[in-house]
Amino acid sequence: MAKVLMKGNEALAEAAIMAGCKLFFGYPITPQNEIPEYLSRRLPQVDGGCYLQAESEVAAANMLYGAAGVGERVLTSSSGPGISLMSEGLSYIAGAQLPVVVVNMVRGGPGLGGILPAQSDYYQATRGLGHGDFRVLVLAPSTVQEAADLVMDAFDLADKYRSPVMVLGDGLIGQMMEPVEFKKKEKVELPPKTWAATGYKGDRERSIINSLYLDPLELEENSWRLKARYDAMGRDELRWELTNCEGDYDVLITAYGSTARICKTVIETLKKQGISVGLFRPITLFPYPYKQLRDAAQKAKTVFCVEMSTGQMLDDVKLALEGSRPTQFYGRTGGIIPTPDEIIGQIEKILKGEEVDKR
Amino acid sequence: MSKVVFKRPKALADVVTHYCPGCSHGIVHRIVAECIDELGIQERTVGVAPVGCSVLAYNYFNVDFFEASHGRAPAVATGAKRARPDLIVFAYQGDGDLASIGMAEIVHACNRGEKFTVIFINNTVYGMTGGQMAPTTMPGQVTTTSPYGRDVNQIGWPIRMCELLSSLKTDGFIARTSAHSPAEIIKTKKAIKKAFELQVANRCFTFVEVLSTCPTNWGMMPIQAQKRIEEELLPYYPLGVFKSPNGDASKS
Repeated sequence: MAKVLMKGNEALAEAAIMAGCKLFFGYPITPQNEIPEYLSRRLPQVDGGCYLQAESEVAAANMLYGAAGVGERVLTSSSGPGISLMSEGLSYIAGAQLPVVVVNMVRGGPGLGGILPAQSDYYQATRGLGHGDFRVLVLAPSTVQEAADLVMDAFDLADKYRSPVMVLGDGLIGQMMEPVEFKKKEKVELPPKTWAATGYKGDRERSIINSLYLDPLELEENSWRLKARYDAMGRDELRWELTNCEGDYDVLITAYGSTARICKTVIETLKKQGISVGLFRPITLFPYPYKQLRDAAQKAKTVFCVEMSTGQMLDDVKLALEGSRPTQFYGRTGGIIPTPDEIIGQIEKILKGEEVDKR
Repeated sequence: MSKVVFKRPKALADVVTHYCPGCSHGIVHRIVAECIDELGIQERTVGVAPVGCSVLAYNYFNVDFFEASHGRAPAVATGAKRARPDLIVFAYQGDGDLASIGMAEIVHACNRGEKFTVIFINNTVYGMTGGQMAPTTMPGQVTTTSPYGRDVNQIGWPIRMCELLSSLKTDGFIARTSAHSPAEIIKTKKAIKKAFELQVANRCFTFVEVLSTCPTNWGMMPIQAQKRIEEELLPYYPLGVFKSPNGDASKS
């Protein structure tokens, strides 16, 4: 298929349809509106397709629960404040082991925050998406092409693990236009959805889509069952990218999403000055590629974490390094996107043995 | 020759329920199951249980089921029905669930004309959590969180859901019945059957409110509780069909 020029949000929406997504439930919020707008046009053209604007994100998440529970592929998208409202539903979805795909095009927070790109929902996505013992697989694209590719994978991963999967972008990924190619994916072998509530005909146990376990032993069992799946994700689904890590480097940058992309420009610019800097870009934020980062840091004297937040992924970087390397952090947030020059200035400080600026 | 004149509906599970003696849930469960049997829709019916006394309703019906989060049953039912319009979907909710925390979900599901059925049990109290004040609690009614009686100057008047929902322009079937006497139970069955029939015909949103007893949290014997419905509730919550899909409304 030829490349087409598309906005990230629209490319992602089209990719979802290509992945067999039949339903979308959501609520307007900037900077992800092109996803529901696009799908409100496209889904009615799909056999069995349904686009529905919910009365709130609270309702949207519960509509996801209903649609996923009868076995259909379903998507929602939002941004920070809306994801907060979906927390309740996502916790139930995780508890009931339902596959759904959630896109968060992150804007600055907390509270109403702003509408410009940020990475300040990292904790929410990787640790605090809702109450109870659960996690979701988090995929972080850094280009429009990757956003489209990851959304297609997200549906398969959700079905494979019977778990919500989040695509964590930011306003920049959603709003920018880039050439994108919709690659036909090879069909992944997935178990049939025998658990779906599609009507009891006596040929199987009744399907009960539920997260209520009044017996504490059963609830504990369910929590460990979920944990086993997260462990399996950690074994089999880790994704990361190394840039300029073949040779030697004193500084290894860690960054994800849009920030990683800016850091690639930094690396190219510094190369011309004869300075070699590596980049470790996690693509799965949960599970986090801890060992892979620790390995990449072997050659570095300092690991430099750059984020569009006040330092959230930094926790995972430190967990990965286990104290084996010193870390430095530089963050811009609130909708401010760091420039390559800003980051280069900080790297120069690190190379001189100085502390980087706090921001 | 003896013949069977009364038996358990196929759609009703052969289990002991956790409901208190004199509670209306058992009656309404049975009516729903009878309707499912009579319409021959058991194999394509999916229920949605709420949070409240009927949270375990999924154990009591022989159909596939969802357990929804508090108040969100109409959103869950929307997702299921939109994904599989061939399924017969019903949500079963209490008054705290539907008229308080779930107010947005029920109003918007009704306004969108979602083609599923809602059975709304109004017993004017939060049952499962131990008898707290509900949005439907009557003026002056003593509950564990209105120990001096519901004060309408502080908390407003009880919400009449049928009246509220039938004010929306979208087509729908909206009725209030009661489970306090055999005659009213027969009318309740008629209304619930009508609701399911309309869903089978893919006509409109269907909603049946059933005034129900809660002897435990009302601190009454079952007979007294039935009397309370007749004397206290009926004057405030009139019975009847508030809206029909062809536009007519007749209050009895």
